[in-house]
Amino acid sequence: MVEHRPWNDIIAYAILTFGVFIVAFPVYLALIASTHDAATVVGGHMPLLPGSYILENYYRAVFVGGSRTSPEPVGHMLLNSFISATGIAVGKIFISILSAYAVVYFRFPFRRTAFWIIFVTLMLPVEVRIYPTYKVVSDLHMLDTYAGLILPLIASATGTLLFRQFFMTIPDELLEASRIDGAGPFRFFWDTLLPLSVTTIAALFVIQFIYGWNQYLWPLLITTQDSMQTIVTGIKKMLTTTDELAEWQLAMATAVLAMLPPVAVVVFMQRLFVRGLVETEK
Amino acid sequence: MANVTLRNVRKTYPSGFEAIKGIGLEVGDGQFCVLVGPSGCGKSTLLRMVAGLETITGGEIDIGGRIVNQVEPADRDIAMVFQNYALYPHMSVYDNMAYGLRNRGMPKPEIDTRVQEAARILELGPMLDRKPRQLSGGQRQRVAMGRAIVRQPKVFLFDEPLSNLDAKLRIAMRVEIRKLQRRLKTTSIYVTHDQLEAMTLADILVVMNGGQVEQIGNPLDIYQRPATTFVASFIGAPPMNLMPLRADEIKAQFDGDSRAAANAAGILGIRPEDFAISSDTIAGGIALDLTVEAIERVGAETFIYGARQLALQGVAANPGELPPGEVIVRIPGAIAPAIGERIRAIAPREKLHLFSPDGRQRIGL
Repeated sequence: MVEHRPWNDIIAYAILTFGVFIVAFPVYLALIASTHDAATVVGGHMPLLPGSYILENYYRAVFVGGSRTSPEPVGHMLLNSFISATGIAVGKIFISILSAYAVVYFRFPFRRTAFWIIFVTLMLPVEVRIYPTYKVVSDLHMLDTYAGLILPLIASATGTLLFRQFFMTIPDELLEASRIDGAGPFRFFWDTLLPLSVTTIAALFVIQFIYGWNQYLWPLLITTQDSMQTIVTGIKKMLTTTDELAEWQLAMATAVLAMLPPVAVVVFMQRLFVRGLVETEK
Repeated sequence: MANVTLRNVRKTYPSGFEAIKGIGLEVGDGQFCVLVGPSGCGKSTLLRMVAGLETITGGEIDIGGRIVNQVEPADRDIAMVFQNYALYPHMSVYDNMAYGLRNRGMPKPEIDTRVQEAARILELGPMLDRKPRQLSGGQRQRVAMGRAIVRQPKVFLFDEPLSNLDAKLRIAMRVEIRKLQRRLKTTSIYVTHDQLEAMTLADILVVMNGGQVEQIGNPLDIYQRPATTFVASFIGAPPMNLMPLRADEIKAQFDGDSRAAANAAGILGIRPEDFAISSDTIAGGIALDLTVEAIERVGAETFIYGARQLALQGVAANPGELPPGEVIVRIPGAIAPAIGERIRAIAPREKLHLFSPDGRQRIGL
């Protein structure tokens, strides 16, 4: 039983505030650093209030690129990241929903085996199979291409599992009613299953977009040209300098920019996202 | 408009389980046929076989003179109403009803005419734009009916359509379904486990048990002349009282009736409402001495649960041999004996039912 005592509230809020502070402060610091000039940022005393170089820093980061360290402007990296994250999310949803449809609704030989094989790939993320995957991608001449950035990350079981669980909550009678209404397998999928899956698709899109956006190791491995760089690998490259000071204010501006799209996706799709994960009543 | 004929229909699952053990049935044009039985008796399976949702492993199903064993559900010219309604949750009421027609490529104006007509009959007019989740259980039920009506099928199939409704609504919808069927004159097959629903709806009642038909007939005939003890106890609430009798009891009770006497032993059945409470005996009939154990008053009638003492009247008491059983007596009104009181329940000869000892056969009296 939870009793309502003022002290409980105070302690609870104190802990929560502390938690928020720990999470939010570095983000705040990055934001602040991106508004000062290089001299202030590397000066040793990090100011806690915004400076006046905000427009200049962001303009340089997006359109010009760092003068010495990273010749590529962030705008292009953002585009690369956006294409690959969207490609991964859309591709994964496409493959997952179809494979889940097959596994749940069709009786074919070795159906269970097929499902378990898909399931086992959960234990083989890209990091584990990185050498063979690299070999395959390079043999297919997909290094430094969007296909190379996207395809290897599409194959995984999470989406299939999520859709399978969702499809199993849809009553069989709905399929039977469709059959009586003259809808074949494709119509049932298009007219009934897909509209019902909208929230699940949204949830998966959010998860996969962020997953794709945050990829570091794989893009680092297969991209050699600066023009194919994603923003996450780009930030790192800005900071690896040999004989001069890194332009921290530009790196921070880039980090802030890198953060925005995933945040936007979560904010705009939050309602669908939550419904997709918790919805049980059909 | 069509006859539905089942000829020796069988269903055996790959596991070897026999769900339907050879059923023959003839439903005439425009008739309302009700399949009733306890859960697991195969009634839903049989209905789904008629719908084409389950494969048929033996026999033939004939709808309107066409053997449909290999025909897809959509092409059988049937419409089905499901227990959980199975409405498309993302479609409006209108679209739910129109969907099947659109899939058949029917022109839009005709679809609209049919949907509007169905909505008018079912009083769904103001709800056509709503989604199923915005409707009450009864309204959803009506939409499911509407979806069946607009197709103007040869046969309506109902799979326990009222089980998800509360008791009051169930009775109202039951009457509505019957009226609608009379009006549309569409051959219907209706599955239920509720014997009251079965009795009130059916032109032809099919009592099923264990994948087989126990009895087919008009509901009142079945009620008055149940063919087996299963039917006797399943149809009618509270159920018929069944008492196993020894050979000498049969002889004493039915002295001079050769058919009854030909059986060494048997099961005697008496409906609760066929008893009267009286201190007399009744010539040719039966009299039971009971100790009242429980009383149920439901207003217009009262049920007395009594423990039967020893043996029948006029037969030498043989304590221990025949276990005293419970007998339910229905009397009109609310005046009842007290608990613990001893009463005598009598029933006339013509109200007695006699079955073979295994209960599989009715012995005419």
